[in-house]
Amino acid sequence: MKHIRSHVLVCGGTGCASSGSKKVMESLKQELELKGLESEVKIVETGCHGFCEMGPIMIIYPEGTFYCRVQPEDVPEIVDVHIYKGRIVNRLLYKEPISHEMIPNFEHMQFYKKQMRRILTNCGHINPEIIEEYIAVGGYAALGKALTEMKPEEVVAEVKKSGLRGRGGAGFPTGLKWEFARNAPGTQKYVVCNADEGDPGAFMDRSVLEGDPHRVLEGMAICGYAMGASEGYVYCRAEYPLAIKRLHIAIGQAMDMGLLGDNIFGSNFSFHIKVKEGAGAFVCGEETALLASIEGKRGTPRPRPPFPAISGLWGKPTNINNVETFANVPNVIVDGAEAYASVGTPKSKGTKVFALTGKINNTGLAEVPMGISMREIIYEIGGGIPDGKKFKAVQIGGPSGGCLPENMLDLQIDYESLIAAGAMMGSGGLVVMDETTCMVDVARFFLNFTQKESCGKCTPCREGTMRMLEILTRITEGQGREGDIELLESLAKNIKAASLCGLGQTAPNPVLSTLRYFRHEYEAHIRDKKCPAGACTKLSGYQITELCKGCGLCKKACPVEAITGEIKGQHVINQEKCIKCGACMAKCPFKAIIKG
Amino acid sequence: MKTVEDLKRLREQLQSDNRIRHSAGTQIIVGMGTCGIAAGAREVLTAILDEIAKNNIQDVNVTQTGCIGMCEQEVLVDIVRKDEPRISYGRVTPDFIPTLISEHVVNGRIVEERVLGKITK
Repeated sequence: MKHIRSHVLVCGGTGCASSGSKKVMESLKQELELKGLESEVKIVETGCHGFCEMGPIMIIYPEGTFYCRVQPEDVPEIVDVHIYKGRIVNRLLYKEPISHEMIPNFEHMQFYKKQMRRILTNCGHINPEIIEEYIAVGGYAALGKALTEMKPEEVVAEVKKSGLRGRGGAGFPTGLKWEFARNAPGTQKYVVCNADEGDPGAFMDRSVLEGDPHRVLEGMAICGYAMGASEGYVYCRAEYPLAIKRLHIAIGQAMDMGLLGDNIFGSNFSFHIKVKEGAGAFVCGEETALLASIEGKRGTPRPRPPFPAISGLWGKPTNINNVETFANVPNVIVDGAEAYASVGTPKSKGTKVFALTGKINNTGLAEVPMGISMREIIYEIGGGIPDGKKFKAVQIGGPSGGCLPENMLDLQIDYESLIAAGAMMGSGGLVVMDETTCMVDVARFFLNFTQKESCGKCTPCREGTMRMLEILTRITEGQGREGDIELLESLAKNIKAASLCGLGQTAPNPVLSTLRYFRHEYEAHIRDKKCPAGACTKLSGYQITELCKGCGLCKKACPVEAITGEIKGQHVINQEKCIKCGACMAKCPFKAIIKG
Repeated sequence: MKTVEDLKRLREQLQSDNRIRHSAGTQIIVGMGTCGIAAGAREVLTAILDEIAKNNIQDVNVTQTGCIGMCEQEVLVDIVRKDEPRISYGRVTPDFIPTLISEHVVNGRIVEERVLGKITK
């Protein structure tokens, strides 16, 4: 037997798995055996590190060296140079996008340094398929404390005092929700975890379930104890097969250990969790539609009241929270409400995980304290905009949220400030856009999404979003009319007021917020038939300027023979024939072709 | 698992397995430059790992380092106990490892006759 001198953590999250981490792991295993090191080095498959852009990610302990974009062919070098001889493989280290500095240890990387990882603290650092790894970092201690030292009402009071609010969108106080469900009459009650993460660009719930599933189960069990429920459901979308697999493994292991099941820790409290797979409808993230789906009915929402706390799953009192909300609960119980509430703003406590995507250098997950500015997230953690382009807007809160312009970058992020600015926290998706993005087109993209996902039950959402989408499409195609903006605004107002559920009530938000901050772009499309960002193909064309040397390369590149001109003479594009493919611009060695 | 105490006991036992991912108290550093490897550093490293496992010593990290320019004295092994200076041992062979581990790493007694030098910060 040998002392295990090194742990090699390889990310097995969805992002890294799709960039090849499985093969890296296999090759690592072979290479270690080849060198006879398998008895002193342990391979640990982890969940997501939240830095998917740089995947597959490998961390080697005890040094804590962070290697990125590791391919199977890099493995022999890592084993020989790092694991055998103890030297760092410089070429695989992370390089900061701005300073180009090579950073060997992940704790010193700008991306991680500015973060406050409470929910994601274990993600990427433990093996999510082994319950012992979670227990070793303090797992299930919160459940133990709640069951043996606290009364159910004390748990509710603690969560209320912590100021924890729902992380799924609207930000309703979690403790209050638990209290409603606790006080509702009835003996059979349910806990439901909403893991139907559907916003484009949001993947924090998936990463928590894949990287630290026990944390969510523990939060659910504590909730069950607090409100008097003995059964729980995780409603997870079928598009997350790895999350579902790990949930099943986690539930099985927790049952075997007696951390779920009957008479947990010798108390009277029993709690069982089932996993229900959703079939991919966005509307099932809405709580009443979600409950209908669990019951085996068609996933459509129903009017509230009665709220699920009174009449939820199978008509019984039910408490529904999002994955990230449950993941916060063990922290509240172990550290206490006061310690939890010491981070954040007066009305929004704790941390929030944001998913950074779009035109940003460091795509990934950023967990930050509430009250941080958008600028810090985008420029310090996110590493700024690639290719030296200019920032234009950030879309926050998914299809229900809004776009915020550059002058809002210093806004302190919390639930209230975002609503006031015309966006919302939503699930925490941040889509960054640069100067080449057309804001009308962005509004059209998000409305296209919500329109397709509208369940069709209520007229304002079904018909209204369709009409709005038609108007937006015609504006981006150069067919916009005077009065279209006003029509959009009045439709938006009615849809927001009259729709049955959150999907319809928030669907017009991307249109309203882009109208609020980028109205001039709409006007340019409608009046001048121009797309200022040059993104709407029907409104932009290519021109050859006098920088043209007459080399003829563009003429050869054009697939539709729209370019004419003699060698060494000025070339011209026939706008009638041009299909706006951009091939000429890519070929021109003199940068003589411009878009616009 | 029946009680909170069971959980606590299990946690403490498990924590020592994963301590490597946090900073450990004592560091053992083996010179693994070309000179070190040629002088038998690999065998020394294996002996160290065996000895640690045999005595079930917790809170120790074993790492490697490159050539520090004293190739003549390889294999070099440095030991840094928490808040103590870094002690270098020269011409280390596997048969010296049990003494080194029990004397210096466990009991904190420097094996003076084999010491090459002391590195203070």
